[in-house]
Amino acid sequence: MKKLMKGNNALAEAAILAGCRFFAGYPITPQTEILEYLAKHLPKRGGHFVQTESELAGINMVMGAAATGFRAMTSSAGPGFSLKQEGISYLCSMELPAVIVDVMRYGIGLGNIVLGQGDYFQAVKGGGHGGYKVPVYAPSSVQENVDYITMAFDTAEAYRTPVILLSDGAIGQMAESVELPEAKEHDPDKYDWTLKGRDAAHPTGRKMTDRIYYDFAYSEYDPHIRERYSKMEEELQMWEEIELADAEVVLVSYGISSRVCKEAVKLARKKGWKAGMIRPITLWPFPRKAFEKTNKMAKAYLSVEMNACGQMVEDVALYGRSVPVYSYPSGRVIADPEVILQKIEGIFQGTEKEVF
Amino acid sequence: MAAERKAPSTIYGVNSFCPGCGHGIVIRLIAEVVEEMGLAENAIGVLAVGCSCLTNRYLALDLMQAAHGRAAASAGAIKRCRPEKLIFTYQGDGDAASIGIAETLYSAQRNEGFTQIIVNNGVYGMTGGQMSPTTLVGQKTTTSVQGRDPEVMGMPLKISELISSFDVAYLARGSVHNAASIRKTKKYIQKAFETQMNQGGYTCVEVISPCPTNWHLTPLQAVDRIEKEVLAYYPLGEFCEGGVR
Repeated sequence: MKKLMKGNNALAEAAILAGCRFFAGYPITPQTEILEYLAKHLPKRGGHFVQTESELAGINMVMGAAATGFRAMTSSAGPGFSLKQEGISYLCSMELPAVIVDVMRYGIGLGNIVLGQGDYFQAVKGGGHGGYKVPVYAPSSVQENVDYITMAFDTAEAYRTPVILLSDGAIGQMAESVELPEAKEHDPDKYDWTLKGRDAAHPTGRKMTDRIYYDFAYSEYDPHIRERYSKMEEELQMWEEIELADAEVVLVSYGISSRVCKEAVKLARKKGWKAGMIRPITLWPFPRKAFEKTNKMAKAYLSVEMNACGQMVEDVALYGRSVPVYSYPSGRVIADPEVILQKIEGIFQGTEKEVF
Repeated sequence: MAAERKAPSTIYGVNSFCPGCGHGIVIRLIAEVVEEMGLAENAIGVLAVGCSCLTNRYLALDLMQAAHGRAAASAGAIKRCRPEKLIFTYQGDGDAASIGIAETLYSAQRNEGFTQIIVNNGVYGMTGGQMSPTTLVGQKTTTSVQGRDPEVMGMPLKISELISSFDVAYLARGSVHNAASIRKTKKYIQKAFETQMNQGGYTCVEVISPCPTNWHLTPLQAVDRIEKEVLAYYPLGEFCEGGVR
């Protein structure tokens, strides 16, 4: 049965249904409803909720919970997401599954509490130290908040990695009709690697740390890291295709901006322009396979995102190979379908300037 | 007859701490208490960053190495998820009282149910002897080259006294500078672990420990310094209402 739910609340409810039984976090707009919803509902459903003294403590509590095999999550936005980066790097090094939600807001530093897509680089390129990679899912609706959070927990466990869900203030704050999944039961004891006290198979105990640090496995380290990330890169790519069969101008957009782009593709088609769209669902791994198809016939890519200078556009250029790349960073406001239409027309007419 | 090294099953390998370092003694005490309480299969330790993390290779228990300063946060979560297990952290003073002071104090404030072991040797040991929160006034380190000057560097921090402002389940400060203090510290650790398992709540033992390498003293001079200088500022005993006893 469908329900009308706010994006943040639906995400929080879906996390509980996915078996999440540990949440630690700190208030920050526009993600606070996730914290509030879980404060109210998680303890009643057998879970642990902790309001921590900082985002640092939040992510490090999640690390502890993840080490015991619990499905654990934290959420934040903007400045708070910056504080999570240290923990994300450690989660990667210890190969611990956990889900980190960033309900993006706008601007640099404190910026502003309004919606935005300013954290692409931080989420996708490794905001913490050391050069790790983390699967990043980008929902564009309340329903996808629900669907992707479920997927995020499954991916996190299957690959023993933290996973980022990159939502934004619009998706978090809007209410839409949503179908919730069946509740899943998660058994924290089902994996051998979780901390539970030493046993016959681990007579000196499990050592949950980076192997390069603990037993100086230098020669194994780099091949292991490379294999781990190339497996994820190959297996996890997800994207949505809109009108790609004969598209000459291919829009690339994710999250809230992609909803406007869908409308713009319709407007362009009505006017006879052959426009289509790739919507990356995973931002890392970026949907390379989609571009391998479109690179053969596309005349241009147009990257549309909600920040000042464009961030994802660099990946579009990277994967778009020799196809010209145009950029429409819509800044502090959601992209306007009419402006996108003008840009599409401009690209066809040769009046738009490419950025890559 | 060849001498036999007696060690609890919770200890393995040969530690690589510097001669005269207190870490080996504190780790041994934890190992003995865990073994004697019959909890070797039901204990999880959370290690800090710094010399304390070398413990990974000597303590035969399930162990996690936390981020620098964050051991208390991770341990609090582990205890919530596995309330039936004995959960402890093993941290230095730089980890628990400087970069991790928020995690330490808020664990005490929330009465998180694990035991925090804080080894206080007055310096950052692993990085080569920089000033730490507990470096004494006048003590020379690589970052307090003329000696700690309270006018610009502040007074040494008393983490246990700060923790004692919260209503915690058990709190004590011990030392490992002589046989009597080692025996007493073992009792404190045992009491903290028993309190955790029997009544619950936050428990903590701070342990004054020598670092001859970074104090630029011999092991004997180092324990002598603890007796004559360190204990005057950091008195030993169990904390209860009204101060140290």
